[in-house]
Amino acid sequence: MDKFDKLSGIAAPLPLINIDTDMIIPKQFLKTIKRSGLGVNLFDEMRYDDDRNEIPTFVLNKPQYRDAEILVAGENFGCGSSREHAPWAIKDFGIRCVIAPSYADIFYSNCFKNGILPIALPQEQVDALMKDAEKGSNARIEIDLEAQTITSSDGEMFNFKVDSFKKHCLMNGLDDIGLTLEKVASIKTFEEQAATARPWV
Amino acid sequence: MSPKTLYDKIWDAHVAHEADDGTCLLYIDRHLVHEVTSPQAFEGLRMTGRSVHDPDKTIAVPDHNVPTTLDRANAATMTEDSRIQVEALDTNAKEFGIHYYPVSDVRQGIVHIVGPEQGWTLPGMTVVCGDSHTATHGAFGSLAHGIGTSEVEHVLATQTLIQKKSQNMKVEITGKLRPGVTAKDITMSVIGVTGTAGGTGYVIEYCGEAIRDLSMEGRMTVCNMAIEGGARAGMIAPDEKTFAYCNGRPHAPKGAQWEAALTWWKTLYSDDDVHWDKVVTLKGEDIAPSVTWGTSPEDVLPITANVPAASDFKGGKVDAAQRSIDYMGLTAGMPLTDIKIDTVFIGSCTNGRIEDLRAAAAILKGKKIAVTRAMVVPGSGLVRAQAEEEGLAQIFIDAGFEWRMAGCSMCLAMNPDQLAPGERCAATSNRNFEGRQGRGGRTHLMSPAMAAAAAITGHLTDVREMM
Repeated sequence: MDKFDKLSGIAAPLPLINIDTDMIIPKQFLKTIKRSGLGVNLFDEMRYDDDRNEIPTFVLNKPQYRDAEILVAGENFGCGSSREHAPWAIKDFGIRCVIAPSYADIFYSNCFKNGILPIALPQEQVDALMKDAEKGSNARIEIDLEAQTITSSDGEMFNFKVDSFKKHCLMNGLDDIGLTLEKVASIKTFEEQAATARPWV
Repeated sequence: MSPKTLYDKIWDAHVAHEADDGTCLLYIDRHLVHEVTSPQAFEGLRMTGRSVHDPDKTIAVPDHNVPTTLDRANAATMTEDSRIQVEALDTNAKEFGIHYYPVSDVRQGIVHIVGPEQGWTLPGMTVVCGDSHTATHGAFGSLAHGIGTSEVEHVLATQTLIQKKSQNMKVEITGKLRPGVTAKDITMSVIGVTGTAGGTGYVIEYCGEAIRDLSMEGRMTVCNMAIEGGARAGMIAPDEKTFAYCNGRPHAPKGAQWEAALTWWKTLYSDDDVHWDKVVTLKGEDIAPSVTWGTSPEDVLPITANVPAASDFKGGKVDAAQRSIDYMGLTAGMPLTDIKIDTVFIGSCTNGRIEDLRAAAAILKGKKIAVTRAMVVPGSGLVRAQAEEEGLAQIFIDAGFEWRMAGCSMCLAMNPDQLAPGERCAATSNRNFEGRQGRGGRTHLMSPAMAAAAAITGHLTDVREMM
C-alpha cells in the first residue's frame, strides 16, 4: 500500500451531503476484476452527459480542479454500498485525502486500506476549507498526517483526529494481512477454545 | 459481572486478540462471498501465495449481476464483463475449495437469503460479506456486517477482521403494528427518525413487542436496512421463532450439538440495566405504510403525506432536498398518492422472501396491473419453487407480472434489469439513490404490499384502502 505522510495539493469543493458510493462509482463499473483504471469513471453520472461528453459545470471537469488531490464534501460521505471500487476510483483519479464532517463506516475503513486519508472535522471547519477550496488552483491545502494538521491556503491551521493504529499503517504503507498473520498463534489458540465451546460453528 | 448487551456478548466471544489501544482481531464464523466484491481479493491471495484460512466457513454464490430471465442458462444472456466475473467466482470457489452454489443450482439466490435458508447463519455468530446488506443476518442474533474487498481478502487469509468495538444503540418498537403496516415500514420509519447517519458508530439492537411479533422474514427486513441508517450492524435477540427457523436447516447443528447450541443461544439477550449509548423509541401504532419521496432512504413519509418543500429542511439538507425533488420530477406539496408509477419491482435481500411474495400476492389476487411493467424476482431458487407450489407465481403472472429467476436484479441494476432515464419505479428494495436502478431512474421504496397496490392503480397508493 502507498504511504501517506504529507500532502500539499489542490482541493476540489463538492458541497453535497450524503454523497453515496453509487454516486462515487456507479454499478456498471463494478464489473471489473481489477482495482485499477476506475478514475476516469469517478462520479461518472455527475461528470458526463448521456453522450459521454464532460459536463463542464461539474467540479472535477473545471480546469482548475482537474489535478485535485483533496476533496472537500458534506456530511455522511461514502454512505451506501460497501464497494471498495469507490476508494479505488478516488485514488485512481489522484485524490489522496477527503475532508468532510462525517463518513459512512465501511467507506471510512476502506479508505485506509488504499492509502487514502479521510479526515473528519467539525462542520464550521469544513465550511472554512470549502471556501478555501472554492478559490481554485491557487489555493493549496497542506496536510500533515504525522502532526495531524491541515493548513489552509491563508495559513489557518486545524487539528484532526485519527486512530493511532490506522495512522501507523497509513504512514508506513503497512499490509494489514501481514500484520495479522504475525498473530497467527493467537488465532490458533482462539480456534482451539472455540472448537470446544461452540463445536457446531 | 457487569450487565452486557447482546452485541457485547457476541463481541466478547469472538475476540481472538486485543492490542493495548483496543484494536481487536475479531474471529469470523461465516464469510459469505459473491462475484462482484471478491475477484480482487482472491487475486490478492494468489499474488502473495496465501490460501483460504478455513474454506469450510466460506460460502460463495453469484447474485449481483446474474440475469434473472428464464433463459439465463444460455450464456449469451450475460454481457461479457458479467460473465467474466461469474466465471472468476466459479474458478475461485473450485480452486480454494469453498462452499459454492452456482447459477445452475436451485439453491442459488441472493447471498443474504441463501445464508439463512441453508442454515449457515445461526445465532451468536459473526457473519461478514463484501456487501453492506450483510446486516440482514443480524435478525438471528448474530453480529453481521458488510466489509470492503481488502477486508474480504483479510478474512479469507486469516478468518479475522481488524476491528474496534462500536457503541450500543437500542431501537425499541413498542406495542402492536396497525393493519397494513409491515417490517419494511418499521425499518424505513426508523431511518426517517434517525437519518441515514443516525446509526454511524453504533450497532443497533431492535427490540420491543412489535419486533418480537415479527416473523424471521420480517426481522431480516428490519435488520437489512440498519446500514441505511448508518449503523455497523443491526441485530435482534434470538427467541423460539429463531430456533424454530434454524432447526433442521441443512447446515444447522443436529442432535447433541443442537442442544448444546440451544443452551448457549438462550443466553444471548441484553441484560437488564445495561447501558445504552443511544436509545430511539417508536410506538408501533404510530407507524404507517411508508414510501420514500427523495433520493436518500431518510426521505421517508407516511403514504398519506405530501411531497415536502426544500424550505422544510435545515442546513445541507435544504440543497439536498431540492436536488432530490428535481431529480425525482416532483412538485413540493403534491400528495404522495398522486405520484404515477411506470414500473414495479418486487424482490431484493430486503423483501425477496416467501412472506414478501405472499403479502404482495394477497393484494394482487384476481387483479391486473395498471403499470407499464412489473416484475417479481424471488430471493432464491427455493423461494421461487415454494411460491410456485403455493400458487403465488400464478397470481403474479395472471396480474401481468414477469415471474423471474433469483438474483439481486433491479435493486442495483448490475444485470440488464434497469430503469430507463425518467422511468419511475415502486420498489421493495433498499436504496433510492440517484441512478441506483439505472441512470436517471426514479425509485420509491416501500413494502411488498404497497408495491402491489401501486401496480394495480398505477400510482402510489395506501394499501389499507385495498384491504
